[in-house]
Amino acid sequence: MAAIKTENLVKRFEEVAAVNDVSLEIPEGEVFGLLGPNGAGKTTLISMLSTLLTPTSGTAKVAGFDITAQSLEVRRNIGIVFQEPSVDDLLTGRENLYLHSMLYGLPRAEINPKIEKMLELVKLTDRAGSLVRTYSGGMRRRLEIARGLIHGPKILFLDEPTLGLDPASRKAVWGYIKELKDARNTTIILTTHYMEEADALADRIAIIDQGRIIELGTPEALKKKVGQDLVFLKGRINETAIKNLPFVSSVEEENGLYKIGIADPARNLQALLNAGGVIEEVEVRRVTLDDVFLKFSGRQIKDDAENNGIFERIAAVKTTRR
Amino acid sequence: MINFNAIYALLLREALIYFREKERIISILISPLLFLFVVGKGLAGSSPVPGYSYQQFIFPGIMVMVILFTSITYGLYIIWDKRLDFLKEVLAAPISRTTLFLGKALGGMLGALVETMLLLVIGAVFVLPLPFWKLLLSLAAAVPVSYMITNLGLTIGAKMKSMEGFGLVMSFLTWPLFFFSGALFDVATAAPYIRAVSLFDPVTYAVDLMRVIMFGYGVFPVWADLGAIAAFCLLTTAIGVSAFGKLQQEK
Ligand SMILES: Nc1ncnc2c1ncn2[C@@H]1O[C@H](COP(=O)(O)OP(=O)(O)OP(=O)(O)O)[C@@H](O)[C@H]1O
Ligand SMILES: [Mg+2]
Repeated sequence: MAAIKTENLVKRFEEVAAVNDVSLEIPEGEVFGLLGPNGAGKTTLISMLSTLLTPTSGTAKVAGFDITAQSLEVRRNIGIVFQEPSVDDLLTGRENLYLHSMLYGLPRAEINPKIEKMLELVKLTDRAGSLVRTYSGGMRRRLEIARGLIHGPKILFLDEPTLGLDPASRKAVWGYIKELKDARNTTIILTTHYMEEADALADRIAIIDQGRIIELGTPEALKKKVGQDLVFLKGRINETAIKNLPFVSSVEEENGLYKIGIADPARNLQALLNAGGVIEEVEVRRVTLDDVFLKFSGRQIKDDAENNGIFERIAAVKTTRR
Repeated sequence: MINFNAIYALLLREALIYFREKERIISILISPLLFLFVVGKGLAGSSPVPGYSYQQFIFPGIMVMVILFTSITYGLYIIWDKRLDFLKEVLAAPISRTTLFLGKALGGMLGALVETMLLLVIGAVFVLPLPFWKLLLSLAAAVPVSYMITNLGLTIGAKMKSMEGFGLVMSFLTWPLFFFSGALFDVATAAPYIRAVSLFDPVTYAVDLMRVIMFGYGVFPVWADLGAIAAFCLLTTAIGVSAFGKLQQEK
């Protein structure tokens, strides 16, 4: 059974279609990344799936339950980390977690050990007795994460969970997300503006823009779609030898700088260098999710840049710098 | 449908917050105390109940005033919850909206009853010495009264978008409910149009009930007071649960 299945989901706010005809199926145990520019509709989609907003039209099932007709059952199966902080700042950190656990019906005996474990995870043990009002932004965020995870939901919505976290905390949260997926088979829907985060965590990624899903696939497939990995070489290059290599797909030269399209550079770079002649400088440029994101959702940005492909622009920048 | 653990959690939150904000506990008593000690003494009007001064006569009404203002203010406070996103957490929790509503209502009653107790103590010491059983009975009667008014406040709070409406609700609802209730005069001898309006004011019956308890004097029979309060409790539960059912994330 799919953990989440939406059919033609639409949410309109007056004239804006914040979510426009989204049909998705997310299998159990998948980490599903939702990427898109500001205002794309990510939060609105998550709000509908977590029953906080009723759709204008369309349907969705979460954990097998309909989000409008069976919203209570849906809520029993999910956890959410909101984009906007929603921890109660008139209470202490520990009280926030305690009340949450009560609301979610955790057995009394389990509550306190779990609270301590989560506080440990987000490194808030020392400040757990202070009012949240006195927390820094990142501390609130960490408390919010602890709260969303504490009841061990089957399906977890993380709306920009690591926004504003320092690198160490971010890595800790990544580790925990992976553990949830591997050890508990938790289904996770993750939005983020950090592409490396999506790359590190997500099994599949949907790019959403103006309320519509415009691309969907594994990070690898999406990167392939955008372009190929490149190696830039400078020196006295043996062009024909390179062209004959089976893994090289294109070679272009401009002012002595060779731009070589190559498959799987991690494995093939050595062979390329061996065949390449006398090489003075090497630079490998792999396709990243940034490129994917910019290509599919960065329309405005791209249009400004004289409609060139992203790699031409990168190459142009590189050559002018040299 | 009703999850008592969750109600306990919601009530616990309100209690923690309530007892942390001590200034609020005191400040909400200020206007009622002004009425009791300045209007009550200064007007020195005649009391409709023989054997009691005017100040003593309005004491039951002032007690209901405390409940009225505390409960409405509390109910409207969920607008803040909505604005500051705290409500999202409880809206996303696996509890029915009925549970949420009842938990919030109990939280409001807690505040109103603590204020009522404070006022009863002040009143018993300075204004109207009452036997202990009458104090207890007044407090017991305050339970359904605070419930129905908290419900009213929560319903309005759930419907309102911003705190700007707070003043409007106070001017157009809370003060009229108070003035028409006969808290400061006897409805039986009031001008006909006041009497007509007061019949539709649920607070009238609350004031009347408190007077019956404290003085054994009432305009309506006790069963009418209790019946009106019970009916209003049911009605406000229904509209409140329905308003909470429609609550959605605001932003
Ligand atoms: N309550 C609301 N009323 C009116 N319009 C709204 C409301 N909530 C969202 N919108 C609009 O819906 C669109 C999508 O908003 P949403 O918050 O889902 O975007 P997002 O993808 O989460 O963006 P971000 O990356 O900035 O968090 C935006 O155009 C926004 O202005
Ligand atoms: Mg968002």
